[in-house]
Amino acid sequence: MNFAVLQFPGSNCDQDCVHVLRNVMGYPTQLLWHKENNVGDADAVVVPGGFSYGDYLRTGSIARFSPVMGAVKEFADNGGFVLGICNGFQILCEAGLLPGALIRNRSLQFRCEHVYLKVATYNSPFTSQIPEGKLMRIPIAHGEGNYFCDANTLDEIEANDRILFQYADREGDITDHANPNGSLKNIAGICNAERNIAGMMPHPERAAESALNEKDGRLVFESLIQSLNPASTTA
Amino acid sequence: MKAKVIITPKAEVLDPQGKTVQTALEQMGCTGVGEVRVGKYIEIEMDGEHDEVKAKLSEYADKFLANPNIEDYRLKLED
Repeated sequence: MNFAVLQFPGSNCDQDCVHVLRNVMGYPTQLLWHKENNVGDADAVVVPGGFSYGDYLRTGSIARFSPVMGAVKEFADNGGFVLGICNGFQILCEAGLLPGALIRNRSLQFRCEHVYLKVATYNSPFTSQIPEGKLMRIPIAHGEGNYFCDANTLDEIEANDRILFQYADREGDITDHANPNGSLKNIAGICNAERNIAGMMPHPERAAESALNEKDGRLVFESLIQSLNPASTTA
Repeated sequence: MKAKVIITPKAEVLDPQGKTVQTALEQMGCTGVGEVRVGKYIEIEMDGEHDEVKAKLSEYADKFLANPNIEDYRLKLED
């Protein structure tokens, strides 16, 4: 099982994702420069966080036209698993692979802190291994994480169980106070209708190993690995 | 010719920058301030005929310069 992590000018979480997939989870992982025209032998693609192209114009708006994104779209159209984290989520929305957009936080502040996430569905390759009822504690670090889509799209996302994570308080209640950026319905992550593409603003790769005393994020990667290869051990 | 692209957040999209500017204007004593929306303004030097440039820029505004999920845009061409 092979992973590919994309690298745009301005990506800055690419090495963290490679480290977690390669050294913590133990799977071959390659960095894929944005000028590549194919994803090679990757079984899953991670679009990492950062500030691709300096966030110029809109976050993700220029990265989505990179050659590698054409390859990612083709890979995803054929059912390949794609996970976008933070700027990766913004890029996937700009590319039209996920609906909606991430706009400026309602506070206008860059928010860099730990949040609690309620898992809204376990029915996805990205959440299937998370224990039921588990409240995830994972960091965010973004200025544009305010999820917005039109009312019809939101209805469609909710009706089809496509919200993956919602910002919650430490009791697991989804409150406005626990919403760090103003996202509709406290949305922190969603998936596409076919459930093979996901985007999330929190950073699971920053909370994935015992050395950091932070392991909740690892559950996202364990879910992905289990979905790719049900025979794998993910203890 | 010079093309001007004016991009604004859609009416239904929360605009915290606009709200903050509105509050600041009011606090500075500026009276009569209504809703403020903050957008983007892009100037592009273009070669070509008016209609051709307008059609071309509309295409690229739709797919790149503005995000139809959250933004509206207006094009102005100066010959």
